[in-house]
Amino acid sequence: MGLFGDAIAWIFSPDRQTGSLPLSEAIGTHLAFTVVSVLIAAAVAVPAGWLIGHTGRGREVAVALSGAARAVPSFGLVLLLVLVLGVTHKVGASTTAFVLLAIPPILAGAYSGVEAVDRRVVDGARSVGMTPAQVLGKVEVPLGLPLLIGGLRSATLQVVATVTLAGYVGSWGLGFYIVQGIQIRNFAQILGAALVIVVLAVVLDALFAILERLVVPAGVSARRAPEN
Amino acid sequence: MTWVLNNLDLIGRLTVEHLRQSAIPIMLGLALSIPAGWFAFRFRLTRGLLLTFVGLLYTIPSLALFALLPPLLGISFLSEVNLVVALTIYAVAIMTRFVADALASVEPSVRQAAVAVGYGAWQRFWRVDLPLAGPVVLAGLRVTAVSTISLATVGILIGIDNLGYLFTNGYQRQIVPEILAGVVAVVVIALIVDGLLVLAGRALMPWTRKGS
Amino acid sequence: MRTTRRTTALVAAAAATMLTLSACGGDTDPLAQGTGDDEPSAPDTIVVGSQAYYSNEIVAEIYAQALEADGFTVERNFSIGQRDAYMPALEDGEVQVFPEYTGNLLQFFDPETTATSSDDVYVALQEALPDSLAVLEQSTATDQDSYNVTADFAAAHDLVGIGDLADVDEEIVVGGPAELEERPYGPQGLADVYGVDVSFEATGDTTVQDLVAGTVNVANVFSADPRIQTEGLVTLEDTEGLFLASNVVPLVGAGVAEEVASALDPVSAALTPEGLVDLNVRSTEEQLSSSEIAADWLAENDLG
Repeated sequence: MGLFGDAIAWIFSPDRQTGSLPLSEAIGTHLAFTVVSVLIAAAVAVPAGWLIGHTGRGREVAVALSGAARAVPSFGLVLLLVLVLGVTHKVGASTTAFVLLAIPPILAGAYSGVEAVDRRVVDGARSVGMTPAQVLGKVEVPLGLPLLIGGLRSATLQVVATVTLAGYVGSWGLGFYIVQGIQIRNFAQILGAALVIVVLAVVLDALFAILERLVVPAGVSARRAPEN
Repeated sequence: MTWVLNNLDLIGRLTVEHLRQSAIPIMLGLALSIPAGWFAFRFRLTRGLLLTFVGLLYTIPSLALFALLPPLLGISFLSEVNLVVALTIYAVAIMTRFVADALASVEPSVRQAAVAVGYGAWQRFWRVDLPLAGPVVLAGLRVTAVSTISLATVGILIGIDNLGYLFTNGYQRQIVPEILAGVVAVVVIALIVDGLLVLAGRALMPWTRKGS
Repeated sequence: MRTTRRTTALVAAAAATMLTLSACGGDTDPLAQGTGDDEPSAPDTIVVGSQAYYSNEIVAEIYAQALEADGFTVERNFSIGQRDAYMPALEDGEVQVFPEYTGNLLQFFDPETTATSSDDVYVALQEALPDSLAVLEQSTATDQDSYNVTADFAAAHDLVGIGDLADVDEEIVVGGPAELEERPYGPQGLADVYGVDVSFEATGDTTVQDLVAGTVNVANVFSADPRIQTEGLVTLEDTEGLFLASNVVPLVGAGVAEEVASALDPVSAALTPEGLVDLNVRSTEEQLSSSEIAADWLAENDLG
């Protein structure tokens, strides 16, 4: 199987349990970066997106800011923030860059989910005496969940691949093996670490698929998620 | 700021390199995703598999893909082809879904009307389906362009010179303005290219002008 | 329903990707022929390469300008990466001139070498090099790996040599680039040669800052790094020859060795250890570009 077989052998080698960064620890830190970054991004972007979707205001600003945020190269931002914040804040610097990466798709998922709710449904909710807060909380948010989860899913997949770059500044994540592998020209190591990341992405994607089924209220069809 | 003023020629040279390296993958991505997207749209059975396959490509870390292409393709480690091929793969990964969605957004009744007035399948695709799918394809192309320009910077880690050089070189020398200049230059050219695509879209699809 | 199918498809697609990747692994890929035209350039064009290390790039730029002054057309292929990445390009003749460091280069071709002094390393290196490569005269400037601690840490634990680390009662964390872990002088070498057990922390390009900030307490720093002086670091003496002497030397393609020697030998003769540190200072402190630094240096040494 050549390189691919070597990569699999690299993954399952007993050496992966020792060394400065055991594989299990690399997976753990990789996932931690991913989950924390997406959660922070969600804490910022979900309320903002709901507000934009509910009021219909600020959409242009959100689209413009998202476009600009998407253009920011994560690699440059990680290095810039490490220099500016100092080497004792490498984790914070990297996380900040990943949060910025995760915000645009989550924001888009949140406001487009609310916007996509049929206006007649919203009018109906108002006519039965719901307050604006109730309309948002009981109608727009639940009905917008499929698109929001789609946004979270898209953000998570982007972040899990990009967390690799944290390996350039410190001993974290699966990116460490890739950075080291490039320097010592160990292609089995590079491919092995990349395969583990792809598997993590597949697992996370499957979890979102399950989540989507669990939280979407009965009667709401699962619509296609927005891209990014 | 002094650093930036003293190194305008370097920034300029790297910007040109960067644009050159990004332009090919963006165009190739568009060209390849049209048949791929059509395939996904046309054959329902393959749709899920094809779209998840391209979705999966996008989760391969860029750094790993850049480094793995030389042994996989048998080309030199120093060749720019590595970067161009890798960025094209990501461009196709983003664009294919957009193209499939775009084609699906064309009203079936319009398609039937085209058949009724005598369009063959090939003609219908180019004269009816694709123009009507244009706005969504353009949206996809814009996302692809911005993402490609931003992702290209990682190429410096495998020795391909572009604006990413300012990141690693500035990091080693601890020159904050150098890295900042690189980040700003990438954002600026990404937004300029994005703007140009919007203008090109208006010129090519005049019927969308009012809507946007 | 839809989502379950999507997940199943994703797993299937994962398998397909893996198969595609592995199928491409053979050496006989048809694409290889189309792009394998990186023949050595025309005889009068010399391709100068450099590592992705600012100091190496300055020396490469000096070589490039010296060659240009001698009438060569020079193509620059800078910041290629580490030795393992660029050596194939040198052996293929894709790059013909490269600033190198004798000790590290020798260890690359002969990991078991016992040479440690500057002259022994230089002699051993000439034997170890493949036929397609040659080294010209070496300079007195050295830029070799070294282990450093802060002045406070050295004083607190009475440290002079690397071996003294064995008596330190707290955990020793060595910081350095990710690949240090795999090098002969890395953690394993410390244990084998000095009996010092350490843990390793990859600190990328910020090893000195990490040492000063305390994330690590021993740092692998190149000896020509100006920050050893400016940060008041203490370089631990390497009494057992863990590190090889590493002088700056032009590594060239054997085919062009004779014609480029007349331009590069005077450069090596003029490049001193202090001179190399000064070049680095001009880059990190004065923030000048490598081409300005190189032009100034050549003019000062009457080589331009």
